[in-house]
Amino acid sequence: MKIIAVCGMGIGTSVLLKMNAEKVLSQLGIDATVEATDMKTARESRDAQVILTTPDLAQLLTGLPSEVITIEHFFDLEELTKKLSASLL
Amino acid sequence: MGFPKLADAFAENSLRVLAAALDREHAIELAGDLLVSSGRVTPEYTVAMVDVLESHGPYFVIAPGIALAHAKPSEFVISSGLSLVTLVEPIAFGNEANDPVQLVFGLCAVDHDSHIEILAELSNLLSDNEAVNILLNAGDTEQIRSLF
Repeated sequence: MKIIAVCGMGIGTSVLLKMNAEKVLSQLGIDATVEATDMKTARESRDAQVILTTPDLAQLLTGLPSEVITIEHFFDLEELTKKLSASLL
Repeated sequence: MGFPKLADAFAENSLRVLAAALDREHAIELAGDLLVSSGRVTPEYTVAMVDVLESHGPYFVIAPGIALAHAKPSEFVISSGLSLVTLVEPIAFGNEANDPVQLVFGLCAVDHDSHIEILAELSNLLSDNEAVNILLNAGDTEQIRSLF
């Protein structure tokens, strides 16, 4: 399964999101690759099952085949765990 | 302590405590100024950081009270690094979940990969509530540096 973590520039926010999502996915025993990308790449992407991003950016990522999950607190692994397991398990 | 990459990423003159910011743009500029004064970027990078706010909104407010301001890798970046300004009065960035902001980090990167280990340590630091409290209450930059 492919998951993309998206932020505006693809160097800061999305990288933090990717790292914490990987921690949570491995705890949940879900086999997935997480890629950090910028908005432009995300809009062109068609093969990701899930897009992880912030509520602000989610508004700009509509109309894609992927499910969009928004994360508010990046260091709250409970929020990530709850939202990822609700979607993937 | 346990964060050698952060100790390197925060160069001399990259930290400032209890600054007064007028608004969110000013708060980002303060973090950008510290990247300039610590030799990481040219002043154009700070302008680009503020432009990100205009073009993409305050999405980089990544946790309650914490912003990670940054722009794209570009010719304005001399070397990858971080800065941090703590605000004496928190500022609303317009991020519903995580406002108001009191810790403004500045991030610059020369490419998409070389700063990953720095961010991994930053993530670990900011996942630790006790460390975040020390950052929020620091009266001088040495207290911040002691966390690395």
